[in-house]
Amino acid sequence: MIRTPLRPLARILRARETGENPDVIERENKRLRHEAMRDRERMRAEGRLLVLGSMFVGAFFVVGMRMGALAATDPSEPRATAAGSAIMAQRADIVDRNGRVLATNLETHSLYAQPPQMVDPVAAAKGLAAIFDDLEEEELVEDFTGKRKFLWIKRKISPEQMQAVHEIGDPGLLFGPREMRLYPNGPIAAHVLGGASFGREGVASAEVIGVAGVEKHFDADLRDPARDDAPLQLSLDLTVQATVERVLHGGMTIMNAKGAAAVLMDASTGEIIALASLPDFDPNSRPRVLTEGDASDSPLFNRAVQGVYELGSVFKIFTAAQTMELGLGHAETLIDTKGPLTWGRHRIREFRNKNYGPFLSVTDVIVNSSNIGTARMAMEIGAARQQVFLKSLGFFEATPLEMVEAASGRPLLPRNWSEISTMTVSYGHGISTSPVHLAAGYASLLNGGTRVRPTLIKRDAPQVGERVVRPEVSAAARDMLRAVVQEGTASFGDVEGYRVGGKTGTADKPRPRGGGYYDDKVIATFASVFPADNPKYVLVVTLDEPVETSDDEPRRTAGWTAVPVAAEIIRRTAPLMGLRPEIEPATLEGVTLTSN
Amino acid sequence: MRSFLFVLSALAIVGLAFWAYRENYATQQSLREVRDLHDRIGAAHARLTVLNAEWAYLNRPDRLRDLVELNYERLELLPLTPEAFARLEQVAYPQPDLGPILETIETSSDGEDRP
Repeated sequence: MIRTPLRPLARILRARETGENPDVIERENKRLRHEAMRDRERMRAEGRLLVLGSMFVGAFFVVGMRMGALAATDPSEPRATAAGSAIMAQRADIVDRNGRVLATNLETHSLYAQPPQMVDPVAAAKGLAAIFDDLEEEELVEDFTGKRKFLWIKRKISPEQMQAVHEIGDPGLLFGPREMRLYPNGPIAAHVLGGASFGREGVASAEVIGVAGVEKHFDADLRDPARDDAPLQLSLDLTVQATVERVLHGGMTIMNAKGAAAVLMDASTGEIIALASLPDFDPNSRPRVLTEGDASDSPLFNRAVQGVYELGSVFKIFTAAQTMELGLGHAETLIDTKGPLTWGRHRIREFRNKNYGPFLSVTDVIVNSSNIGTARMAMEIGAARQQVFLKSLGFFEATPLEMVEAASGRPLLPRNWSEISTMTVSYGHGISTSPVHLAAGYASLLNGGTRVRPTLIKRDAPQVGERVVRPEVSAAARDMLRAVVQEGTASFGDVEGYRVGGKTGTADKPRPRGGGYYDDKVIATFASVFPADNPKYVLVVTLDEPVETSDDEPRRTAGWTAVPVAAEIIRRTAPLMGLRPEIEPATLEGVTLTSN
Repeated sequence: MRSFLFVLSALAIVGLAFWAYRENYATQQSLREVRDLHDRIGAAHARLTVLNAEWAYLNRPDRLRDLVELNYERLELLPLTPEAFARLEQVAYPQPDLGPILETIETSSDGEDRP
């Protein structure tokens, strides 16, 4: 760069000659130089600002464009990022405790028609009527030739039917993919599973929604795509459930019963292993809900969960256990059983007016099923303590089972819990509960004395509930129940090797609109626990209006009806659950004691 | 020197452009493959679901029970009952068949104590 000298010699010499100050020239030149430098710096700074500004404008422009593009385009799955699993849009499966499928999905097709596109509506209608029996040809012709632009013909069709419709070859008949819920085991565990149907429907897809049972209770959970196809595992055991239903159905037929229910429950975890209610239905084609008449006549009615009945003498063990828990007596304490017991205008009598003598021990009160003895024990306990005890066993609220129907199985309690209520409740009258309530109550009382709440979901560990009775009381109650089977009313219930303990209950059915009880209609119940010395399972079997007719006189008591059915269920299911019978040592034959 | 650098960078740009062009098409090809694989995985899933459902349907307890009853003469299967359990001592093991003794060897202990 060529710098201008600050003191140009020519000008300095000329200034000296004219007598001027040469420094002025230097200052002037310095000033000019500084101004030039300043202008250059400014130009540079402005240039930088311009670049920076344009960068910002460009960046904002790009961001804005990208935002606009994202907002304007359709969303699409990011294909380039290799996700391991595609999102499962279908409803999760339901499996039993061993992973066997109880409910799954199947791809099928739905059939719909667009009449404007049809070539030969009459032939199409004729072809469809030939394929589907329930379609009327005239109605279809009317639909196809009318003003309708769109109509559904079938919700679900099989591949064979689809092929047959293809062969009609009309372009106005169209198929839409459908995912349908399939219950491969048919009516087994129908009441637990409930059923599913279609919610909102479109041509391309339809929503599958649960309509009852577990399907409805876990509806949102089963539809959640975040489950990632993990199945819902229930506590039911498919094999045991099938066996229970089979045996119960046989028992119901032999005993001429109108309905039957069975609950098999793990005494320590509260898991329901099998829950059967007969008559049942096929959840693949769920029958319609009854709009008139008694809801309990419908096969949809779940007797084990929704049906609340006065279950009768099976409640006596609770009174006996509470007597022992409160220290009012022990198993051998003698109870006054002189009858009849009169309270106001009510008279409490024994079954068939039997007389068991003036005194019975607590064990014998249970073994002989003495109403008077139980009522006397309840009078000692009192209404307040009885209510607290029954509440602690879960008899005051609906069962917490994970199905929508559970909430409707609310127990019916005496409105005014007077002393006579206390006495009748002590032997199971005046209080209506479901068989599941009873099973949970027995499990809580007999498993060592801690509360269990029934559940349909598989658990791995025992429930540790609040204590209901002391372990000794629980053991004494089990001994009493064992004695009932060995020498009492439930002698048919003794299954060799399983040490069954249990209590029978036969309660007259109340007439529907008040007015007392039927003479010839009973609810027969057998509540049992096995093995009695180390309780693993609780089984409750209830038969609705059973009659045993092998004898001249019809027999309706639980000992003749419910007990043999329960015994057969235990005999068949206990080995399936891996319970090994304790084989009594065989007696040696042909050995006589001699001495010489 | 400077012009050499210019030429070099120009060549580099041409090379990179060519590489980017090829990568672009390779990526598109891969994406097509991924889409195809996804479709096949989906189809396999659907097939698996159908097979699982069919397996469950064919193994439903009612059908198995009917089959057992139909084939009782051949299979002789019975429901599992407590009688199926036994102690080890109660199992009658089959005795090995030794067969008759044919080649006997006669031995004599005569003169044993008189060597």
